[in-house]
Amino acid sequence: MHPPGHHPDLAHHFDTLNQQKESLVLGMWIFLATELMLFGGLFTAYTVYNYLYTTAFIEASSKLSMPLAAANTVVLLSSSLTMVFAVYGAQVGNRKMLIYSLLGTIVLGLVFLGIKATEYAIDSHENLVPSVERLAKVEWKGWREAHEQQNQPATPEQTPRAYLHQTQLFYLLYYTMTGLHAAHMLIGLSLLVVLVIMARRGRFTPEYHPQVELVGLYWHFVDVVWIFLFPLLYLIR
Amino acid sequence: MAEHIVKPKTYLLVYAALLCLTALTVGASLIPMEWPALHLAVALAIGGVKAGLVILFFMHVLYSSKLIWLVALGGLLWLAILIVYTMNDYVHRDSYSTLIKIFMPS
Repeated sequence: MHPPGHHPDLAHHFDTLNQQKESLVLGMWIFLATELMLFGGLFTAYTVYNYLYTTAFIEASSKLSMPLAAANTVVLLSSSLTMVFAVYGAQVGNRKMLIYSLLGTIVLGLVFLGIKATEYAIDSHENLVPSVERLAKVEWKGWREAHEQQNQPATPEQTPRAYLHQTQLFYLLYYTMTGLHAAHMLIGLSLLVVLVIMARRGRFTPEYHPQVELVGLYWHFVDVVWIFLFPLLYLIR
Repeated sequence: MAEHIVKPKTYLLVYAALLCLTALTVGASLIPMEWPALHLAVALAIGGVKAGLVILFFMHVLYSSKLIWLVALGGLLWLAILIVYTMNDYVHRDSYSTLIKIFMPS
């Protein structure tokens, strides 16, 4: 029951479309702040254990594939670029640009997940998993210095269990943080598919397309999380 | 508040800056440094600039109302409280036990 002159997308408890859009964007930001706290707990755990077991963390990190992660950073930044072009396409009413930019974002997101899966397969092949038994098969060097400082004879055959537990902590955090990030990518990709379907049906107008903007915000947030995961997990030396 | 449309050129410039910063952070990690924490500090500083660019331009915070600024900064403040106060505890645990030994010799 819309009165004449009333935009069909305007809900009755809002005065104008802009006010409605503003409150949607505000709600999304509040949601993103809670997401920040979800990842924040993991970042805090990482900071604490990196502080306590720096040597083990640096050595465990150096065994991961940095070139693959760097490539993934570029892929994800590119997907953020296609996402802002999708928002731009919606703003200027260029449906072709909107749909192709969304599809580009989906492709880049899938490439990211593909590289990540390859990386997990390589890590698992090299026994870089949070299991002390399998980590014991990896050659570790960092513990020797600490051992020699305490005047303990370094047995070259065996890595101390305490050190293996420290590297295990690194890989636990590595899989949890990148896994949670990948889960967010999957959610983002599903939302992008919904946007493509809506865009094809002509649901977005230059005056009103908050769905594109909100999914964009979510996608960029996931990008920002990766911007910090990349140096913390791969670039500590 | 009318919607602000950012020019594609701005987006491309921000994207180019993000790629340069990524190359910079990878390059910095390959330079040997005397002090290991310096690597982390440099990487996090570059990460902070990159995140700032994404948040301000791609997420349109630069063109948003003060309310959005408040929520975004509020989120960061709470994250800072979480990390800084936790680390304050861990970093000073040794000094607490030293103080206890000095002032409360058993």
